[in-house]
Amino acid sequence: MTNTKEKSFSIIGSLKTKSTVEKSAQVVFTTCAFFAVLAVLSITLYMVINGTPALTKVGIREILFGTVWKPTAAEPSYGILYVILTSIVGTFLSILVGVPIGLFTAIFLAEVAPRKLAKLVKPAVELLAGIPSVIYGLLGLLLLNPIMYKWELIIFKDDPNHQFTGGANLISAVIVLAIMILPTVINISEAALKAVPRHLKEASLALGGSHIQTIFKVMIPAAKSGIVTAIVLGVGRAIGEAMAISLVSGSSVNMPLPFNSVRFLTTAIVSEMGYASDLHRQVLFTIGLVLFLFIMLINFLLTKGLKKGEKENDK
Amino acid sequence: MKNRMSKLVAVIAMSAMVMGTLAGCGSTEEVTETAVEQETTEAAPTPAEEAVVEEAPAEEAVADLSGSISMAGSTSMEKLATALSEVFMAKYPGITVTAEFTGSSAGIESLAAGSVDIGNSSRSLKDSEKEAGAVENIVAIDGIAVVVDPENTVAGLSKDQLVGIYKGEIKNWSEVGGTDAPIVVVGREAGSGTRGAFEELLEVEDLCVYANELDSTGAVMAKVASTPGAIGYVSLDVVDETVVAVALDEVAPTEENIKAGSYFLSRPFVMATQGEVSAQSEAVQELFNFLASEEGKELIKSVGLITVD
Repeated sequence: MTNTKEKSFSIIGSLKTKSTVEKSAQVVFTTCAFFAVLAVLSITLYMVINGTPALTKVGIREILFGTVWKPTAAEPSYGILYVILTSIVGTFLSILVGVPIGLFTAIFLAEVAPRKLAKLVKPAVELLAGIPSVIYGLLGLLLLNPIMYKWELIIFKDDPNHQFTGGANLISAVIVLAIMILPTVINISEAALKAVPRHLKEASLALGGSHIQTIFKVMIPAAKSGIVTAIVLGVGRAIGEAMAISLVSGSSVNMPLPFNSVRFLTTAIVSEMGYASDLHRQVLFTIGLVLFLFIMLINFLLTKGLKKGEKENDK
Repeated sequence: MKNRMSKLVAVIAMSAMVMGTLAGCGSTEEVTETAVEQETTEAAPTPAEEAVVEEAPAEEAVADLSGSISMAGSTSMEKLATALSEVFMAKYPGITVTAEFTGSSAGIESLAAGSVDIGNSSRSLKDSEKEAGAVENIVAIDGIAVVVDPENTVAGLSKDQLVGIYKGEIKNWSEVGGTDAPIVVVGREAGSGTRGAFEELLEVEDLCVYANELDSTGAVMAKVASTPGAIGYVSLDVVDETVVAVALDEVAPTEENIKAGSYFLSRPFVMATQGEVSAQSEAVQELFNFLASEEGKELIKSVGLITVD
């Protein structure tokens, strides 16, 4: 008895201390898990509470389908249709440009490249993921915009109705976004391609398929769910990006046409939050809510895609 | 075997990272370059500031107050607020002054919420803000300069021409006596104090057609400086050699002209308090006394602003 009392600091020492440690560990883990859930719930709650008042004050239709954004006018107008469209079109176009490049890079890394070369390219891709978004924006501002302005001057030379933007337009934003989603797309689709069972590839080659045929007819279909995940994550990154595109897109609310100065959902919040007051501020929260719902939708699609992939793997 | 391989990978990754860092340096240099360009103007008034600081210790005997003053608000007023807090704290070592730059509306909101003593606003207070108890104390006047890129040949614009350009009716520099080049209209985001003041003074509220709505003074300066044919508006005191400030109605944007009232683009800098100044803490009252003193006026001039009287 005395022995066990002396050793009571040890976990093995007594059943009592052992169960105390067990219980307290359980409490710690539960608290941590609860914290994450609490964060998600409070953010959701906060966005809904702050985002909905403007919807009722201004009207859902006026906000979501209005095309005039004049928040500080004597008779303010809070239409964000163009802003929503810009986010959709901009994200879609950047996916259209970024995904093929990303996927082909992944194929190169996983299948085509000699090992030594792949070991040089891979860290470069990973480095691309680590570059802060403001650097992308700055390079876009200094390099991309002047080039765009030259094109703009040539293309719209005789168009009296075009408003010249000095190169800050949708195309610039799309190019910057496309580069920014590359690492996400490359890394995940490469992992998916590498996870394709070896026997599938071997069977295809044994049946006389060429290397390229094997890649496009066997490997990519087999890695489909992983590639879809890569695309969905890319969409998530593109739609949530603010800093880089706020520097290159011009930030005026316009139709998302290639040479128009445009504003995205994210940049709409960033650029006006500092000086907004009253209802204007509340509408910015509503834009945040719209963005939040968009990203939730993408996450929902992502998890759905993942589950589908798991089922296919089980077969 | 495997171990050696992973070492090799590590070495390659390391070298790539070093290369990356070097490349990173290259791009950051560009960042600092533009930053320096902007800073040169901010650095300019320091000699005058220092002069004020040197004077301060002589009168220190008077300074026996203690306490703290917090202010928040307009980013346009950053230079004034920073210089004021430095000099004031040097004069009254017992008082701490903290300043945040959250935007005019956010500053007045913090004031109403009671989290700060002074709300800085680079525009006149709105009726809704005055109803909430904020009192408008105008401490200085700021001029707004209309800037164009250095290669532009247009030296002056009339008020009507400026209005026409910002309303999108005039689209080419040849229409106002310049070369045949399109006009790139650059402005600030809705809610910005500078934009509010500019549009109000020109009576073009919400009629402006912007090609670029940028969210800071620095961004406007950078865009105008780097884009041929661009026109923008910024606070008078940040104008530097990277852009050209044009004369309006044949009046050059200078302090004398703004004081004389002949230059029409100018706006008030407000340090709002919740209730009259006389109802504030001793420290806050002393701050306003300081601003009204000769020393305070010197300070206001040193940051490129114009005193009220």
